[in-house]
Amino acid sequence: MKDFNYHSAKDSKEASKLASSSSAFLAGGMTTIPSMKLGLATYKDLIDIKNIKKLSGIKVSGKSVTIGAATKHVEVSNSKDIKKAIPSLSSLAEGIGDPQVRNRGTIGGSIANNDPSADYPSACIALNATIHTNERKIEAAKFFKGMFETALKKGELIEAIEFQIPEKSSYQKHPNPASRYAIVGVYVAKHKGDVNVAVTGAKSCVYNDKEMSKALSGNFSSSSIDGMDLDSSEMNSDMHASADFRASLVVTQAKKAVDAC
Amino acid sequence: MASLVGSRVERKEDKRFLTGKGRYTADINLANQTYAIFVRSPHARASIKKLNIDKALKSSGVVSILTGKEIADDKIGGLIAGWAIRSEDGTEMKCPGNPPLAKDNVNFVGDPVAVVIAESLAEAKEAAEKVEVDYKVLKAVTSTADAINGDAIHEGIDKNLCFDWLLGDRQKVKEAFDKADKVISIDIINNRLIPNAMEPRACVADYNAASEEITLYTTSQNPHLSRLIMSAFGNVAPEHKLRVVAPDVGGGFGSKINVYNEDIVCSWAAKKINRAIKWVAERSESFLTDIHGRDHVTHAELAVTKDGKFLGFKNETIANLGAYARVFGTVTPTYLFGPCATGVYEIPAAYTNVKAVYTNTAPVDAYRGAGRPEATYTIERLVEKASMELGIDKTELRIKNFPTAFPFKQTLVHTVDSGDYVAGMEKAKQMADYKGFEARRKESEAKGKLRGIGVTSYFEACGIAPSAAVMSLGCGVGLWESAEVRFNPTGQVTVYTGSHSHGQSHQTTFAQIAADELGVPIENIDIVHGDTDKGTFGMGTYGSRSLAVGGIAIVNACKKIVEKGKRVTAKMLEANPEDVEFKDGEFIVSKSNKKKTIGEVAFACYLPGVRDEMKSPLPEGDEPGLKETSFYDPSNFSFPAGTHIAEVEIDPETGHVKLEKYTACDDFGRIINPMVVEGQVHGGLAQGIGQALYENAEYDETGQLMTGSYMDYTMPRADNFPEFNIGYTCTHATTNPLGVKGCGEAGAIAAPPTVMNAVIDALGGQEVTMPATAEKVWKACKNLKKSNAKAA
Repeated sequence: MKDFNYHSAKDSKEASKLASSSSAFLAGGMTTIPSMKLGLATYKDLIDIKNIKKLSGIKVSGKSVTIGAATKHVEVSNSKDIKKAIPSLSSLAEGIGDPQVRNRGTIGGSIANNDPSADYPSACIALNATIHTNERKIEAAKFFKGMFETALKKGELIEAIEFQIPEKSSYQKHPNPASRYAIVGVYVAKHKGDVNVAVTGAKSCVYNDKEMSKALSGNFSSSSIDGMDLDSSEMNSDMHASADFRASLVVTQAKKAVDAC
Repeated sequence: MASLVGSRVERKEDKRFLTGKGRYTADINLANQTYAIFVRSPHARASIKKLNIDKALKSSGVVSILTGKEIADDKIGGLIAGWAIRSEDGTEMKCPGNPPLAKDNVNFVGDPVAVVIAESLAEAKEAAEKVEVDYKVLKAVTSTADAINGDAIHEGIDKNLCFDWLLGDRQKVKEAFDKADKVISIDIINNRLIPNAMEPRACVADYNAASEEITLYTTSQNPHLSRLIMSAFGNVAPEHKLRVVAPDVGGGFGSKINVYNEDIVCSWAAKKINRAIKWVAERSESFLTDIHGRDHVTHAELAVTKDGKFLGFKNETIANLGAYARVFGTVTPTYLFGPCATGVYEIPAAYTNVKAVYTNTAPVDAYRGAGRPEATYTIERLVEKASMELGIDKTELRIKNFPTAFPFKQTLVHTVDSGDYVAGMEKAKQMADYKGFEARRKESEAKGKLRGIGVTSYFEACGIAPSAAVMSLGCGVGLWESAEVRFNPTGQVTVYTGSHSHGQSHQTTFAQIAADELGVPIENIDIVHGDTDKGTFGMGTYGSRSLAVGGIAIVNACKKIVEKGKRVTAKMLEANPEDVEFKDGEFIVSKSNKKKTIGEVAFACYLPGVRDEMKSPLPEGDEPGLKETSFYDPSNFSFPAGTHIAEVEIDPETGHVKLEKYTACDDFGRIINPMVVEGQVHGGLAQGIGQALYENAEYDETGQLMTGSYMDYTMPRADNFPEFNIGYTCTHATTNPLGVKGCGEAGAIAAPPTVMNAVIDALGGQEVTMPATAEKVWKACKNLKKSNAKAA
């Protein structure tokens, strides 16, 4: 690992001021630190945002759950309020990585990184989340731009993620047996009016599967998507799963999610 | 005094391990030490056109940079194969040179070309990046099956063939096959594995200019053997000027038998720069450069009668040695494999033919089970297929071909002294509720799931090994073991063993044995191992040999102590030595109330005189002191055996295989500590099930390791396993005084075919290669659905 300057910001303003083209925000460091150790990333400045009190915490209102960006996965999985309001969200958090990761990694870090097989982005899409930054509010549908790419500008810091409470929801993941990231993860959420079927792991970026969403909005039953033959041409293919297998898993996991709702 | 052998004595080593007080190689820091980083080839096969260290030398903190040229100039020897194998045509095996630092050619990704030594680790890393190597990249050979057809990667070794070995009689096998009603044949792959010891390899080398002695602290399973190899072949230092210490070692599984490049380079370089050098592998270096295991491609056939008697067995295997032949690299796919490939069965005619090939991959060597998992996988997959094709129950078919009398002269090499395979099978069936399986299958089917049951009966040859036997077959050393039992004047005991514990609990189990033999409380007994300056010599720990060989050396040394104690007691108490009996730590003159404790005897041996009297407790001919040594050479291998039964449930929609039940019923002979044995069985099963369902080392066609981290190499975790159902039958080994057999490798040997037989049973007999990953199983489920639809 190359030498770098470490800063601990006391508020978002200071964090944003310290940011430059050769800096990175450090929350749990679950991706940043290994990347630096492997020499895949080098930064002149690391700006630690864990000590910014405002960025941690969980608030639940009648319609939404708002989670501070520096809130750890373990806090989400253990939160009684979240378990009551959106149980699928706490079970998603419980299935991320391993205990060490869950005790360090944060929701904001996961979303800002936008790993194509991370779990949280699917929750954002399925639960019509709003990403609150120090500059603006961004709808989840417009936030995730592509592989490891988001709508965040340099120096822009996620402060909180606000999830809409659905009528019913479930997240089902077929994990990579080695890393336990999602080979395919499907988050189904039934809101008043429509259904979202957010898919992670299958393509280069999380997406809402329109075809399944439509079918389930018409009839919220796994039979309405059973046997659906998804186009696999844009699906990821690697040594752990071919595109065809992923396409099949998307339907299977979606069905499981609907049945679990 | 109650016997400690057989009881669940808590581990003496747990306190230090559980409180973080273990002392591993990486914990050792010497005054004024430097840090080494190895510059490694990024290519699988290349020649080195130019190597330029000028820029790197100028980097901050650099002490020295050494390359293949300097090591060649200093005539430091290369790494070696410890076992000479002869081909079927009588020619000797062909081994390429394997210098500790490559000078002209590199042969796998990770092959080291230079070492950078600096004041700090960060500076060493920084400088290593500045070493410029100009490679001419050549086409790599990576496929086991096709290596024979690839470019010759080592000069003078045609077809990349190290040897083409035969065990058995082709003509007899042909005659047996001519008489067969049916021939069952199978093509299988034994997937390549990476051992993944929890502690990565490390070494710290030190040079004492005054005594001209090199001390090497290293992660080794066999420090004396390492010293011998480094002296005799590496030319690093004569044995009396080289001390090798293997302190606490965090797992080996065979991967720490070898002397590695880094051991030799750091020892040699420490003397050259006259400073201590520390090197600790990063996990990615472990993936790339630790020896790998397995990697066979096999075609096997079994000739049978229609009522299920086995007549003949053929085994044609290609074994991948990787880039170089290492210490146990050549014996693992031959004498540790071939003899066991006929399994626990009476098969009148058999042969095993192995072509061992070089490829541009990490060297392949002994990994937990070493050859016997591959053998057991071959025969047990074949027997399971025979049961399907003959329509005979899989347990009945096995029983029909078990030997019934012991000693059992196994087809190819071994004479198995003891066992009761039928009893093991019957007990395993009962433990697994074999009878209830069909009902459970129906329950699974009702949920839309597929359920399968798999059986394996195995034996293995371990407790390696009689020296004369193994040396006649090409082994470069004898495989005896030594022990030394030293009494202190005040009665505590230090036992030195040449075995090495890197997780096997010797500190506890060996102390149990010595406590029983000597009648000394276990807390007064220390087991010492792992330092060439502390014990006589030792061959180390592998091949489930520590107890069956090393443990017996301890027993024999203890018996010598007792014999001397009897003589001394007789002298002290004015009795005949023949009248002295030893029991529970006391020497008793029979038919009298005269006795001495072993502590009193030890005291007398060290203080042999009495105030005011001219009198010695020592009989004429006995020297002062109480210390005895034994070198024990076993008369035979030990042959643990058993039956394992697995049940899996498959979700056809996702291909997910859930291991529902796993039953292991093993015969390990006498058990010293049931808790330790359970740990060994659990660990072996985890690795065996890992091979069947999860683990796979995969290279791409250019020789890059695709599974070089835990993101891609699936190490099984606790939640992948059901609660293991473990039981035993017990027939004592007749060839050693404790009646013990090895237990460390059994799980890794039996589990792969047991699990795969269950998976393939669930899939209606369709072959799936290991590891049975979700996608492979999903595809097989789709095929099954199609063929079922057709049949309907």
